[in-house]
Order: sequence, then C-alpha cells, then structure tokens
Amino acid sequence: MIAILTGYGINADKELGEAFTAAGGSVEFVHLRDLIDDPSMLESFRILAFPGGFSFGDHIGSGTILGHMVKNHLQDAINQLIQRDGLVLGICNGFQTLVKMGLLPNTQGDWSNEASLISNESGLFIDDWVGLTVNTLNPSPWIRNMPDFDCPIRHGEGKFIYAGMNAELKELPKELVAFRYQDNPNGSQDDIAGITDPSGRVLGMMPHPEAFIRGEQHPRRLKTSQGAGLSLFRNAVAYVSSDK
Amino acid sequence: MRIEISYRPEFDDGKVRKILRGLETELSEQIADLRIVDVYLLEERLKNQAGEITRLFLDPVSQQAEVRLTQEDPGLIDGDWGRKAAPSWDLMVEISYKPGVTDPVAVTAWEALELELDGERPGVSRDNTDDAPLRVQTARQLVFTFSKELDEETKRRIGETLLPGLSNPLIQKQLSMYSDEYSRGTRFPLLYPFVADTEVPAVQYFPIARMNDEQLVALSRERLLALSLDEMRVIREEFSRPGQIAARKKRGISTDISDIELEMLAQTWSEHCKHKIFQARIDYRDENGKSTTIDGLFKSYIQATTDALSASRPDLRSVFHDNSGVVDFDEEHVVCFKAETHNSPSALDPYGGAITGIVGVNRDIMGTGKGAKPIFNTNVLCFGHPHTAPEEIPRGLLHPKKVMSGVHEGIIDGGNQSGIPTVAGAFLFDDSYLGKPLVFCGTGGIMPRKVLGEESWLQHVDSGDLAVMLGGRIGKDGIHGATFSSLALDEDSPTSAVQIGDPITQRKMLDFLLEARDKGLYKGITDNGAGGLSSSLGEMAEFSNGIRVDLDKAPLKYAGLAPWEIWVSESQERMSLSVAPDTWEAFHELARRRGVEATVVGEFTSSGFVELVYRNETLGLLPLEFVHNGLPVMELSASWIEPEKRRPESQARAYIRVQAGHWNSEEFMTARLFELLSEPNIRSKEDLVRQYDHEVQGQSVIKPFTGVRSDAPTDGGLIRPVAESSQGLTVTHGVCPRMSEADTYQMAVHAVDEAYRAHIAMGGDPDRASALDNFCWPDPVQSDYTPDGEYKLAQLVRANQGLKDACMEYNLPLISGKDSMKNDAVLGGKKVSVLPTLLVSLLGIHGDVEKATDQSFASEGDEVYLLGSAEYRLGGSYFEKLEGNQLGATPQIDLKGNRTRYEAIHAGIQSQLFSSIHDISDGGLAVALSECCIGGRMGARIEISGLRAISPLETTDGSERLTAAALLFSEGGGRFVVSVPPGRKETFKSLFPEAERIFLGVTGGENLEIRDGGEAAINVPVERLVESFTTPW
Repeated sequence: MIAILTGYGINADKELGEAFTAAGGSVEFVHLRDLIDDPSMLESFRILAFPGGFSFGDHIGSGTILGHMVKNHLQDAINQLIQRDGLVLGICNGFQTLVKMGLLPNTQGDWSNEASLISNESGLFIDDWVGLTVNTLNPSPWIRNMPDFDCPIRHGEGKFIYAGMNAELKELPKELVAFRYQDNPNGSQDDIAGITDPSGRVLGMMPHPEAFIRGEQHPRRLKTSQGAGLSLFRNAVAYVSSDK
Repeated sequence: MRIEISYRPEFDDGKVRKILRGLETELSEQIADLRIVDVYLLEERLKNQAGEITRLFLDPVSQQAEVRLTQEDPGLIDGDWGRKAAPSWDLMVEISYKPGVTDPVAVTAWEALELELDGERPGVSRDNTDDAPLRVQTARQLVFTFSKELDEETKRRIGETLLPGLSNPLIQKQLSMYSDEYSRGTRFPLLYPFVADTEVPAVQYFPIARMNDEQLVALSRERLLALSLDEMRVIREEFSRPGQIAARKKRGISTDISDIELEMLAQTWSEHCKHKIFQARIDYRDENGKSTTIDGLFKSYIQATTDALSASRPDLRSVFHDNSGVVDFDEEHVVCFKAETHNSPSALDPYGGAITGIVGVNRDIMGTGKGAKPIFNTNVLCFGHPHTAPEEIPRGLLHPKKVMSGVHEGIIDGGNQSGIPTVAGAFLFDDSYLGKPLVFCGTGGIMPRKVLGEESWLQHVDSGDLAVMLGGRIGKDGIHGATFSSLALDEDSPTSAVQIGDPITQRKMLDFLLEARDKGLYKGITDNGAGGLSSSLGEMAEFSNGIRVDLDKAPLKYAGLAPWEIWVSESQERMSLSVAPDTWEAFHELARRRGVEATVVGEFTSSGFVELVYRNETLGLLPLEFVHNGLPVMELSASWIEPEKRRPESQARAYIRVQAGHWNSEEFMTARLFELLSEPNIRSKEDLVRQYDHEVQGQSVIKPFTGVRSDAPTDGGLIRPVAESSQGLTVTHGVCPRMSEADTYQMAVHAVDEAYRAHIAMGGDPDRASALDNFCWPDPVQSDYTPDGEYKLAQLVRANQGLKDACMEYNLPLISGKDSMKNDAVLGGKKVSVLPTLLVSLLGIHGDVEKATDQSFASEGDEVYLLGSAEYRLGGSYFEKLEGNQLGATPQIDLKGNRTRYEAIHAGIQSQLFSSIHDISDGGLAVALSECCIGGRMGARIEISGLRAISPLETTDGSERLTAAALLFSEGGGRFVVSVPPGRKETFKSLFPEAERIFLGVTGGENLEIRDGGEAAINVPVERLVESFTTPW
C-alpha cells in the first residue's frame, strides 16, 4: 500500500516505515534504482513517501540531484499515482526533493520550479523540537482534523521561500500552507513549515512527524502511549483505505 | 570549463553568517558583504553539454550560475553578482582540494553526471575502465566586499589578515585576487591539476640479512616504518632462516625482503595495530619498591575481568576478537559497540580527521559478525583550552579553537550525513591536549540474532573463497596512517596520513551490505581501516590459513601506485569480504545496481602464506605465522611513585587552612559557582550539540537535553532501538583525566563509576551493562625522549588495576577496547603530552523506557536528598583547577557500598519513587543542584550542614571545620541528587534508611538558596545560573 523510497543517502526510511505501520498501513521499502528501472512498480501502491536524509550528501543543494532523477524518470508514474487519488509525502530531505523537482507547490500543474528551501538563517544544522500550527484553510486529507502539535526539525537548509514563476518573492497561496512554525527556527517565509499541492494529495514538510509516534519520544516524555505525529499517518492510511 | 553557482543576491545566505561568526569580531565587522560561490570544474570534452550540466546543479529559484567555457569567454551567464569589468567587490578567494585529497562533493557531482547524463558521454561508466574516466573537481569561492569607508591600504591589510585563516594548506590550495587584478584580466584556472598518472615505481629489495644494526635503524626511519631495532632484528633473523630462504628460492623469489613485505610487517606490527605495550611483559615496582611481573596488561586486567565475569553474564556473545563487542539485546536481536580514536589526523586536519574517525568506527560495526547496522554514534573530544593565548601555541600547531571548530564540523557531517544519531558525548578542555587533541568516536549497532538460520555474530572465511574489496577506490591517501599514529607528532608529519571520509559513499555501501547479508551473498566481512588491505585481508587470512592477492586487480583512483602503496593505503569507505565463488555473480550484480564497486582481488587459501602478486610476479611471500606471531613480546619496566611523594597532603592542608576563611564566604562560593558553570568543561554545550542530529532513526528517549526548556544536560543517552519492544539501550561515558595527576588508579575507578552511575541514574539494569575501554596515553616507554617513561607506564598499570577493580565490583564486562599510546607532540623543541586519559563507554540494557527518569526538579515542595557518601576531597576537581593549586588527594570510591546503593536506586526507579534523579559529577554537588534547577526553572532551599553530621568525614581538610566549599565542589563518585514527591516519602525512607540518605532541602522558589548551618552560602536566582551556564565561548 505504501512505498517508502530508499537509496542514495536517504536515511530516515526505517522510522517512516514504522510510523505508517503503527498507523495500520502495510509498508514496502523500494530502492530508487529498482523503481527507475520499472516505474510500473508504482501501480501497486497508493502512497509514495520520500523520507528524510542526505540524498547525494546534499552536496549540490539539498534534494537537487534526487529531484532531477525522480523527475526525469518517474514524472509520469507519479502523476498517474496522484490522478488515481494516491498520496505523496516528502519529509525533510524528501520535502526538499519534491520542491526542487517542482511537484510542490505545482500551482501550474507542470512541475515547474516555484519555491525553494535554502540555508537556515543561522547557517547551522539544527536538531530541536518545534511547535506546529495546522492550517485549517487547507483541506488536504493528510492534515484533516489534526490538532497543533510538536515534533523535531533536523535540517540545515529548511528556510522556505516562494518565488512564483519569475523568481520574484511572492506569497504562496494561503490554502496551500499545511503547517506553520509557532516559533520560526530558520527564517522561513510566512513561518511555513509544510505545504501541499493544489490537490492536497501531495504534502511536504521540514519537521519530522514520524519522530513523534510514541509519547516517550517527546523531550518531556509525555505519558501518552501515542505521539501526536501519528494522526498524520492515520489520516493517510484511512484516506487510501476508504471505498476507493 | 567552470560552472559557478551562488545564491541570488535577494536571498540571504545563512552560511555566510556562519563563516563570519568563525572570524575574529574585529575582522568580521570590516566585511560589508560576503558571497559564497560553489564552483564545479569539468573537463573540456563536456563543453557541449554545459547547459544541461548547469541545470543539473542549479536551483533556478534561489541560485544563479555563471559558466566559463574558455579562459577568455564568459560563456553562459545567468545573473550577475557584480563581477563584470568593474567589480564591486574587493577580494575573491578560491579554495580547492590539493590533487589526491578526497573531495566528497566532486564524488557526488561525478555520480550525478553518470546517473543523469547516462549514455551520452563516453568513458564515464565505472565498468568501462578502458576509456579515460571523467574527472570532476569542486572549489569554493568567497567574495568579500569590505566596508565602504575603508581606504585601499586598509582593505589590503584586512585581506592579508583574513587569508591565512580561510583554508588548511595541508590539504587545500588557496588562490586569491583583489578586484584590480580581476579588472586587469586575471582569472582563476578553468581546471586544477589532477594527480598525474605516473609510471609504477619499481619494487625495491633490501638485503636485510646482511644489514648491520645501524643500517636497520636507518631503514626503519627512512621508510617511516616505526619499527624498533629489536623488531628489525627479528625480521633480519627471519630472512636469514634457512627454511625461509629455501622456500623463496623454490618459488624463484628474491631472498632479500621486498618493500611490500617490509611495509606489511611494519603495519601489522605497529603499536596502532598490534598493541605492543598492552601485550608487553612488565616489571612493575609499586610504592614500596616491591616488584611484580605483569604478563600483559590486556591479559591480566582487561581480558581477566571479562573472563571472571563471563559466568554471571550469559548475554556476552562475542568479545575482543571481532571489530566490536557483541551482547544480547532481546530474544530477536544482539547489539554491538566499539570506540576508536583519531587523534593524530585530527591534529593536522581537524575536519577530515574527525569525519574519518566517525565513518571509520561505523565500518567497525558494519564489519562485525555478518555485518551490523549502526544505530548510534558517540564522541568524546579533548582539546586545549579554547582561551589559550595565540602566542602560547607551539609553532606548527593549530589553535584549539580552530581544532575544535574543525572537529565539531566533522562530527556534524560524519554523523548527520550517515543517518546515525549522535546520542552521547562530551567536550573536555585541558592544556595538555594542545599538542594532540583526543578524538574518541564510538558507534553502536544492531543485528538480528540469526541471519538465514545462523548466529549473526559468526562469520566464515574458507580456503577457496574469493577475497573481495568493496566500496571506494585506492589512492595514496592515508599511506602510513598506522605507523604514523605510532609516532609523536612533529613538523615533518606526513600529509599523506590525512584522509577525508565520505559518508554518502559509505551509506550506499551500508544499504547494499545489509541487503546482501540478508540474502546470504557473502560469508565474512571486515573493514579497511588502519593498514588498509594489508590489515583486513591479513587478518581474514588467519581463518583460512592463507591468501593470495593480485594487487593489480585492485581498482585505483589514478595510475602509478606502487604495489606496496596499494597494499597499505588507507583510502576510505572500503570493506573486505569473503565471498563463495557460487554467490559472486549475484553479489556483483546487486552491488552494481546499488552503485557500489566490488572487485575480486584474490583468493583465500590454506597455504600458510600471504602471497602478494603484481602483474603475475610474486613480490611477497610471508609465512602467516611470522606475520601475526613473529613479533616477540616487549619487556618493559614500570615504577610507581605514590601520590604523597609527588603532592604531599600536608602542603595541601596548609594551603586550605590559610584559605578556609575566604572559602567560607558567601561572596567566594557564589563567584566560584558562576565560574564553574561557565568553565568550558562544565558550561552548556547546547549550541554545539544541537548541530548533531541526535534523533534520526526515531529511537531517542533520553535526549542530550532535558527540562521545561530542553536546555539542561542529561546524564547520558537512552534509545529504544526496536519499536516493537519497550526495552531500551543506555549509552554513557566516564572520563576523568584531571584525576590522573594525583592517581591514575582513582582516575580509572572514577571513570568507570561515572559511566555506570549515569546508566543507573537513567534507570538502567545494574546487571546488564557492558563497557569499552579506550586508553589514550603519553608514550610510556622509557627512552631519552621519554625520561619519565617508567612512571608513565606505572600510571598505565595503576589505571588498569582501577579499571579491573571497578568493573569486577559493578559486574561490568569489558567487551572491546582500543589504545593509543603515543599522544605526545614535539614542536619547537617543546614536548606536550596528554594527561593519561581513559575513556569508559558503556552500553546498557534498560528494562522499560517508560520508566526512564528525569534529571530536572519537577514540582514545588519535593524533598531533595543526596544519595551517596558526603565527600570533601578536592584533588582532581574543577574547583582545584580554578584554584590553581594542588588540593591533595582525590576522593576515594567505596565500590561495594556504591553497588548496594545502585541496586536500591534501581529498585526505587522501578517503583517510580523519584521526581528527578541526577548524578553528581564535574563541579560537584553545587553544579548538580544548579543543573536540576536550570532544567526545571525551579529553585530549591538547601542546607548542607547535614553533610558534616552524617558522613564519615573523620578527616578534616586542614581547616577547623570542613569548608562549605569542599562540601559543595568536591567531585567524589557514587553520588546523586534526587527529589522525592511528598506522597512517596515513606516508601523512599524505607528503601533508603537514615544512614543511606542525606536530607538537603526542598524544591521551590526562584532562587537556588544554599545555607550552611543557617549561614547563607549561595543565594542566586535560577535565571542567573542559566546565564552563567550559557556564557558565550
């Protein structure tokens, strides 16, 4: 049901799989090489997830090279997945990849580059927990009925900028914002932490909801058995399991 | 051709801010603007694809590119940052790697081109090595604009001040130009020189059987073999042995020793690989002059400890003989742990040294048993004091701040890019680390208990198996690393010893290996670290009793390496494997699909020989037995001088008597507490540690920081490696080098206690912890160069005794370890030796992560207690360091008493008795209380006179009444600060009777208020504690 992409320096695949599994999904890890060789593999999945990590070391801009590979070889297969009412998720480096290849925010529907994620204002990699506000204007199935929640960020290039088509700074359409930081850690425009495409089926975010699926993962070790991030994965699993 | 990419001017580049912060403030204030430009340099034959390649590297939203195809032609330009004919900037600097130094970005660029322009360029594929391979270089430009109001002369002066600090001349090339030079047409080159392909040097032979002692010594020195005369004599003897001569004659090989044979022996017999000092027979004279013979420190203390404990520890699976120690985790999994040091390389190139240290110890885990998956990293870093005046730094050395910033950067990249969380560690600062910094890197891993039906910690190398090299290619990097680290650092230290690890290449190899392991595609595996193939294949050959290697089959980065260089090169990201011939095809195909290079370089045999062949000519034929067991055990002498003779107690007491009045004043104690909280060893490291990913893999439970604002340090790391199990793994450290000056026995006991008590404080199981020992010592072999060698060796003996005694009492087997014995630097005629340093790293089982403890005060009105003995001795404490005067003996540790108390504490944690529990370590009770307050943003009212009443402090410290300062700042082990909610008071008291607890006070309020017999000792707002604790560096 859920394909989790691996290979080339992706490294947060294990816990993303655990999160989907905890949400009731059935998970398969798919190496990008195998997917490129046979894009029809995607037909058997309802969700494609791009985990965090350092694809190609982030050496040439985070997500840049992975984005090129996916776009060059899998654009049709991914478009078909979305048209079949499938879902796509990118977390951290996965989000950077979706943005660099133009699948997010994709307001024109042609995967052109509209936004970017650039070096944090401090210039430093940061691992810290942040509070996220869920944008209720966004009808995406990923974030339906989600309360505001905490989860960690772990990135060096997470400052979101939206430039529109002619590289002038503009505002991202409000309804495409999925999450905002309560206390902006990296200088992102409009405090943006995560966005969706206009269909709502593609979600990308810098913070790691998969790192908060159990209470003890919170820095103050909440005595709840579940972490708040889990509801995002439940939403997705429920969405692709219902009727269709 | 060069492609130059930078941020568009309208976007603020955070990395610029980072660079400016790294400069001296006065300098950075003169810089009005700085732009960072990433430069990709490509061979001319790719010219026609310049546009396509640029689009591959460029983010069109945030970046702009300038492409120069020829020296004159500005080529394609997208955007402009003021570099046209009349430049608006002042100084442009370009930093590239010297030929042959690993450039991870170039590796990525190369791979991206291969993957994305596939089929369009001839000669790029790695499988098609007949064509000239594509070569890519990268560089980084820094374009400075100075403040407008400055005149040209001042700008030049600033430029000249700036330039030397921007790169490391050992590994990097730096070019620079001012804007007027640019206007006159000066440009950076289109391509830098590559390592020139050269002719393979001829093999050299040495008539060792006919050489005299003098010639032997000269040969060892000239070839940087680090072999002593005695060792050279053993080789001479072997090459004079009729059997050896006959065997060589029979095979038609020269009876002289070849360079490759000599290098292999030097590598295998190096202190780094052979641990000669830990194997040596030692004549040890104790403080009474009584002599005993120690038959090997390793055997007598380390192995003996684990052997003695093995009956009570059925969870030990594989200890000492593999790349890491393996113990049970649960029914389904085993875990393993290893720590290494990477000191000498980090002194020369801090970034490369540290990153190589991390990816190197990661490979130890990947090369354990059938191959484990790394799940956490640790690091303990020892530097010179960051505030050392520049003129105090010996010539040829980097300032400790520079070393620290490079090492820190290496740890960030090494861990983060590999996707392995950095869960625990420490920073230590002492002047003794000015010469060689200590960089301890540890990694833990996990394996299923069984792989395809067989126990995962077993591996096989059989005669007839293929010897396979996997991963990166071989270059001249890291040649002589093993022998070099067995020498003191001096001005002539070889730059070839420097390597730069590449986490991404290694990550791909890891992904491949785990896949291949679970498919059963290989049989045995070990990593290529120090000594390269010589070490890895040489060791694996012991299983099958022989190996034949065809050195010309090993893939090289560039032509021209001598066979001996191929054999001992320490080029990174490589593993050696034994693969059965019938699985080779499947192994090779999977490797190809995962972008990992795999090459058969030879075959394991049962010949009893290491046989080294190059282009069908046998260059080396060494009996395995001689290689591994031919080295005679060293005989050394050690002589202990008791502490009383070196630092008489009476002097310390006399000093304290004079100071007592002063020490008892509120003003003094308050000032001292603030000084301790801001002392580099104790102060918050949050600004550094938050740059490490400590949460990837989603396992973290106790993180590096805790409390309501997540800014108070924790006692160690706790992770939950298997999501389905609520069982956890604790990861902790103990390291107390400051105690070494007084007594290394106590230093070792305290290190073990510190690591173990942190495990206990988090709720770890007292009988399920295992430890690693990493010794970093100054040279302890008596010589003209080390006149106090016998004492330093006695310090080593004492440390081993302490280690054994503490581990025995705590049921703590030693499962793996390493030693680095030459941590001296001689520069400008001055010798700087590290404090004898023992790092104890501990891996423990935690029964239930939901019962993990908190370190911070949690609610008002909780009672605060000290569990453990009161302590007053100040020797080895940070208080002593600040006082700048020896303060007598170190605290003594009651191991038996501690063990009993730890069990009671464990029982208390199981019944959730404590609101908080925090161990007392650096800075003593006062600092521990401060950290509890900082974490909870909550004060406490404390009375310390009870410490005098209850404790067995029959000895005074020289003053009439023990000073409050001694009670507050002593660093004795075995002690905790706990807070107990009112509702649990009775249960608490039944578990910890009167004699086992010392009442300190109650939590609450906004101040940490400490009284001594009613008299105010310290009374400060918690916010002031926070301020001191986070004093800028």
